[in-house]
Amino acid sequence: MISQAWREAGLQTLPVMFGYLPLGAAFGILAVEMEIPWYAAMAMSLLIYAGAGQFLAIALLASGAGMIEVTVATLMLNSRHVFYGLSLLKRFQGASWRKPYLIFALTDETYSLLTSQSGSNVTNHALAFRISLLNQLWWVLGTLLGAAIGSAKLFDSQGIEFALTALFIVLTLEQARRLRQALPFIIALGTGFGALLWLPEQHLLLGAIGSASLLLLVHYHLASRRPHEHAN
Amino acid sequence: MSMLTDPLWLLIITCALATFATRALPFVAFSEQAEHPLVLHLGRYLPPAVMMILVIYALRDFRPLVDWQLNMGETGLPMFLAAGFVAILHLWRRNALLSIMSGTGAYMTMVQLSWTV
Repeated sequence: MISQAWREAGLQTLPVMFGYLPLGAAFGILAVEMEIPWYAAMAMSLLIYAGAGQFLAIALLASGAGMIEVTVATLMLNSRHVFYGLSLLKRFQGASWRKPYLIFALTDETYSLLTSQSGSNVTNHALAFRISLLNQLWWVLGTLLGAAIGSAKLFDSQGIEFALTALFIVLTLEQARRLRQALPFIIALGTGFGALLWLPEQHLLLGAIGSASLLLLVHYHLASRRPHEHAN
Repeated sequence: MSMLTDPLWLLIITCALATFATRALPFVAFSEQAEHPLVLHLGRYLPPAVMMILVIYALRDFRPLVDWQLNMGETGLPMFLAAGFVAILHLWRRNALLSIMSGTGAYMTMVQLSWTV
């Protein structure tokens, strides 16, 4: 029998399950296509557990990137997690033994589920733990499924990596809907296309995100000099 | 080959540690500064900027002369058409799974039928 508590968490993770199973499968298929053994793909989903980060890791492996490049690229790509953590500092207080796993498993999707809780669930660490664990379970199952599909060559999977591009587009539109301000998108378009034009491929992401952060720092200083113009 | 000299396992361990570092950093270092206005400012504007940059980055194969790519199926036009399709479908139905699955299906169909210019 599945307890009431697990059932509640399971229901909440349903939309994530529908996203993680196919996306995890896309990762598993791509990994096998890149001649990464299935158990290594599983290890990545168990130990790294970051959608975009894992796709990037495979691309970096294929390009023969050095470990410093891999570290910098991973840190930059996942830098948004720092801000997820900042807004959950209070939320995870008192989570005791569950806290290290809650921090480890803080993906975009888990973050969005945990920050949209209401009522007594807001401080329910056991529920947060169950949601986090189930989300990773969907991701790992998806990876296993994908590795099996890829190994069996059940269908032509050429082009499946577009799932990641589509995910980024969807997340950008969701961010725009939430924020309703053009500023970060204008900055990103400027630094993104600037990097595309002037930087070599391997420094593109670092250059664009780094200069966007600097521009936001400049904007912060200008805004704090004229606080009345930036009241929410 | 031992686990620490095999490039694949070295990559997995490096990525795992770097990813955990970004998730753990605020809990270790910034717990006192959670309410600092600069932290709030970056927390508000950096995530959308990063997402937009990731879209540009993912679509960079439209540019010629690329030797290092995240997207292994390179053709630029199917990518742009599929990206536009995802954006329009998502603005219309606002269903993340539907947008991602349909866009990926459209892209796979186009590249597998070698539908290029």
